[in-house]
Amino acid sequence: MLKKITVTVNETPHHLEVEPRLLLVHMIRELLNLTGTHIGCDTTSCGACTILLNGKSVKSCTILAVQANGKSITTIEGLAPEGGPLTPLQEGFKENHGLHCGFCTPGMILRATELLARNNNPTEEEIRWGISGNLCRCTGYNNIVKAILYASAKMRGEALPSTEPEFV
Amino acid sequence: MTQCKTSKEIGGMGHSLKRKEDARFIQGKGHYVDDIKLPGMLYMDIVRSPYAYAKIKSINIEEAMKVPGVITVVTGKDLEKYKLHWMPTLMSDTQMVLPTDTVMYQAQEVCAVIATSKYAARDGREAVKVEYEPMKPVMDPFKSLDPAAPVLRTDKPGKKDNHIWHWQAGDKEKTAQVFANADVVIKQQMHIPRIHVVSIETCGCVADYDKVNHHLTMYMTTQAPHAIRTVIALVAGHVGLSEERIRVVSPDIGGGFGGKVPVYPGYVIAIAVSFLVGKPVKWIEDRSENLQADSFARDYHITAELAGTKEGKILATRFKVLADHGYTDAAANPSKFPLGLFSICTGSYDYNAAFVEADAVYTNKPPGGVAYRCSFRVTEAVQAIERLTDMFAKKIGKDPAELRMQNFIKKEDFPWHSPTGWIYDSGNYQAGLQKAMDVVGYAALRKEQAEKQARGELMGIGISTFTEIVGAGPSKDFDILGIKMFDSAEIRVHPTGKAIARFGTKSQGQGHETTYAQIIAEELGIPAENIQVEEGDTDTAPYGLGTYASRSTPTAGAAAAVASRKLRDKARKIAAYLLEVSENDLEWETGKFFVKGAPEKSKTIQEIVFAAYTNHPQGMEAGFEATHYYDPPNLTFPSGAYICVVDIDKETGAIHIRRFVAIDDCGNIINPMIVQGQVHGGLTQAVAPAMYEELIYDGEGNILNGTLMDYLVPTAVESPKWETGHTCTPSPHHPIGAKGVGESPTVGGPPAIANAIIDALSPFGITHIDIPITPYKVWKALKEHGAYDK
Ligand code: FES
Ligand code: FES
Repeated sequence: MLKKITVTVNETPHHLEVEPRLLLVHMIRELLNLTGTHIGCDTTSCGACTILLNGKSVKSCTILAVQANGKSITTIEGLAPEGGPLTPLQEGFKENHGLHCGFCTPGMILRATELLARNNNPTEEEIRWGISGNLCRCTGYNNIVKAILYASAKMRGEALPSTEPEFV
Repeated sequence: MTQCKTSKEIGGMGHSLKRKEDARFIQGKGHYVDDIKLPGMLYMDIVRSPYAYAKIKSINIEEAMKVPGVITVVTGKDLEKYKLHWMPTLMSDTQMVLPTDTVMYQAQEVCAVIATSKYAARDGREAVKVEYEPMKPVMDPFKSLDPAAPVLRTDKPGKKDNHIWHWQAGDKEKTAQVFANADVVIKQQMHIPRIHVVSIETCGCVADYDKVNHHLTMYMTTQAPHAIRTVIALVAGHVGLSEERIRVVSPDIGGGFGGKVPVYPGYVIAIAVSFLVGKPVKWIEDRSENLQADSFARDYHITAELAGTKEGKILATRFKVLADHGYTDAAANPSKFPLGLFSICTGSYDYNAAFVEADAVYTNKPPGGVAYRCSFRVTEAVQAIERLTDMFAKKIGKDPAELRMQNFIKKEDFPWHSPTGWIYDSGNYQAGLQKAMDVVGYAALRKEQAEKQARGELMGIGISTFTEIVGAGPSKDFDILGIKMFDSAEIRVHPTGKAIARFGTKSQGQGHETTYAQIIAEELGIPAENIQVEEGDTDTAPYGLGTYASRSTPTAGAAAAVASRKLRDKARKIAAYLLEVSENDLEWETGKFFVKGAPEKSKTIQEIVFAAYTNHPQGMEAGFEATHYYDPPNLTFPSGAYICVVDIDKETGAIHIRRFVAIDDCGNIINPMIVQGQVHGGLTQAVAPAMYEELIYDGEGNILNGTLMDYLVPTAVESPKWETGHTCTPSPHHPIGAKGVGESPTVGGPPAIANAIIDALSPFGITHIDIPITPYKVWKALKEHGAYDK
């Protein structure tokens, strides 16, 4: 039995017929072909699938597409217009080498987008706890934290911290 | 900081150029295997064994075939008809693709369900009924060698035990003699446990066989696309898949760390099915499947010994290794080195007697023995020697930094011949350790520690001064399945002076699109921004052995430099022609040739390249392209000095890493930002096995932590804030003096952490704890040593 749902994804409304058991992440990736949202686990552990649902970051592998009915979703593709300008976080990740393989990056950026929307002046400690539901195997997190601090400074309109590596 | 020879606009070596590849990743435009969708594509899911060792009595697919969308179920018997049910491993062992009668480890592939959607394939998988007859598995590698143990590999005619190979290096008699006469002997049994790479992207593929053109395109998560193409041709050549009809594409890869070097059964099944049905077949494994069935890393049991004088001079070391390879030796080592490069285990120290011997065994665990961001078993070696060094210092009452300084190979003694046969290219170990001690404030920390210890508080300082061995390798000794371990670069410069460069390696996050461009920019003066780097498509890139074991910069990076120099030679000829002077009258300065003594008479590289297409000297080949296959004359030997400071809560055993200073020496640096990023990432993959990660099996062969709920991959909270720096001792034999760095921190990090923890616990007489050192193990050791008495 297919269910009719309406979801707004990156500001475009979609009318879909889905199996009730379809995971939201599969709806996004397979039905809408928005492949920037990734899948890294089967136990809600990695956060690679993080999206914004009505502005809140959620792991889209752990909710059903039907639960998103009537709601609005932002994926990594919807953060900035194609070709830019980038959001402060996207810019922060690039400027501070906050990514290696890029697989965790969309989830990290969306999670951090919500963190900074709630508090645009977080401490390093708050950032580390704030992204602790998102795994990155490549970067060792130092530069992800740095990228988020950079974005927060930019959002507050303050002088940007140096992006030079502290490599003595 | 390294001096840059080029301007920021050119962006040659030493510039912290922002990465070219980032734009797509931060905007959701990366292109990974699971993002590929082809018309008519089918989906594959795999039924896996719940038992570690069992006979398969029957496979009933009746219900599965009734599931809407299920097309077929493929078993070992089906593959047997095409002789595709077995495949070789990279170590020339053999491995089932799908079993015909017996399963040898838990989570082994039993059969595959093919369906029109992911969900239908999963439904079909649930509906397959397999009847097993469980047998008692062999899980303990020591017991596996017992003559009474059941022989596991009954598929191998004449096999009478579970022994796989024996390997040794060094001088046994000489070492025994030194040990017999030494003042001090340290002996420690260590286990470097089984762990898993857990790249955030799991493994998978889309196999696309075109029946009309007899052509296979294989999109897959591989670190070594060219080698894989050859392997596919070897495995499936008999059904018509000859090598010119195979194209392997490795698109963006979400982390590899060695886990994406092997050929997994899933890939082969997908190819077989696509070949039979003529449709593209996608297989993407779940995280749990990845963790439970794909190649593990480590799992060495080591008896480590050191002989020395009362004054602290190391005289000899001896290592005996038992390697648990699980069901088959599916490691990814160079053929002649079944123990990888473990024989680097004599470390950074000056002595001339050592002996290493190793035996490998089969057990009923998943097969493997890949790297986990480690250059062929170097992590195990470094853990052993660096722990021994600390134990030695403790035993004779000497500061571990002072003892290391006393024993280091001196910088003037390079190239240095190690007692196990390596020739270290260059190093300055004293400078590295001194710098690490200065940055961390070593003397003050020791003072603080003494005060804390007097108050009963637990604080520890751990050092690791390691030597890496990377850049495999010289063709004389290094091959995989017979293919020599060179690597390649092909550079084409277009008429307008912009270039595309292709390589036999494959980045999985290392930033090759940026760093290779910087090497070419350095050599030719073409801005890095104008050099597009491409890897991973066997139809377009020159042949190479791929990216693992920190080999890309030492091999393909060198190839980029040499190919550029070939182009520069051609550029000189064209410039001489254009300027109407002899070649010898020209001098090169980044980006142009000018006439000696008349610098106003010059031709830029862009003018020269344009001429190569529009006005080249008669008799000269037109165009501006070069290819080079680089066969390294030696390996490179990066090094590092790491210092870790921990505070331990005596009541709970909780360990807090307060400081971690890493000083790396990887020779000349291409991009400091990327090197530092690699060090950060590698250090987090050092803290992981040192404190958190281990794959645990019970006696029945069940994995006890086969999901990310139980297997702790460090988050930003567990990962300390890293302090990084470098010294620079260029490799004398590498064209750009670089050495490679991606795995140094993973190799050098764990013993620094272990040594710091043991240092904190040493007032209670604790001398060793196996990694991962958890709060429970600390608490238990403290309890056993009477820390909670009275
Ligand atoms: S895919 Fe890992 S949390 Fe969603
Ligand atoms: S950049 Fe690779 S997982 Fe984070």
